[in-house]
Amino acid sequence: MIIRILGIGQFKLDDRHIDSLNKIDNQIVEHVSKGREKEFRADLARIISMIQESGEAIDPAEIISSDIIVPPADMTLEEARQVFCGEGLIKG
Amino acid sequence: MGFLDRMSTVVQSKMEKIMGRMEDPRETLDLSYEKQLKLLQDVKRGVAEVTTSKKRMEMQKSKLQMNLDKLDSQARDALQAGREDLAKKALENKAALQGQSEHLDQQVADLTEQQQKLVAAESRLATKVESFRTRKESIKAQYSAAEAQVRITESVTGISEEMADVGMAVQKAEEKTENMKARSAALDDLLESGTLTDYTGGDELGREIAQAKAKSSVDDELARMKAEMNIEIKELK
Repeated sequence: MIIRILGIGQFKLDDRHIDSLNKIDNQIVEHVSKGREKEFRADLARIISMIQESGEAIDPAEIISSDIIVPPADMTLEEARQVFCGEGLIKG
Repeated sequence: MGFLDRMSTVVQSKMEKIMGRMEDPRETLDLSYEKQLKLLQDVKRGVAEVTTSKKRMEMQKSKLQMNLDKLDSQARDALQAGREDLAKKALENKAALQGQSEHLDQQVADLTEQQQKLVAAESRLATKVESFRTRKESIKAQYSAAEAQVRITESVTGISEEMADVGMAVQKAEEKTENMKARSAALDDLLESGTLTDYTGGDELGREIAQAKAKSSVDDELARMKAEMNIEIKELK
């Protein structure tokens, strides 16, 4: 699958990683709903480094859509909440 | 729904806005290309803005450093003149400024990070735009309108995702620079209105220390003269 880490670029990740990705993803949902900033940032950083380490960076010249979009590492808990609110963190 | 799914939805809606309605396939290609060039300009402008902001903060930092050095030497002068009370005051003021100075360091570091991110985003986008341009020409030349449709959708969607990503980075950098501009203007006001400069030259504390210093040098000179004259008197005897 193709994954984009916002602010970093796209990676190709083998499908066998999808379970561990989903696991951390679910934890992140928990952290956001319970307002656990520290844990949220730690798990976000974990997802990002996992993709960078296990995945293969895609040449920036390639024009290809991603299956999964991962937010940037410096996202705050407040911004993450906005992502869930449907309001979206990107205006306009 | 997972967090990453939500994130994709957010980016998707941003991409839809970037793409607009794709009616005439060839027109869609050109329109997207125009938008890409405009975004590239925006990123370049963003980099320039962050760089300017950073320079401004660095200038403020050196101005503050001068004030800190001055307070430090004033404290020494006061101590030498035997006025520990004044030395303490100067050091208290120095500590207050030190906080501002550390805050500025943090902001400069933050801006440096934004600058690096934007420069990297610019380079990624420029590479993709160039690759889009080549692809656009080949699609136009080789395919009929119906055949081209799939390829156009692929290309435009793919590059719009990059554009949404870069657009976010630009927006974030802009917000940060705006915030810092306001704070930096406030610090400028402080430095100019004298609230901070009061701590140093031309102020009450400075005058007091100068007086104490002058007094102590008069005392020293007096003592020296006394000593000399004492010798002379001894010699006369």
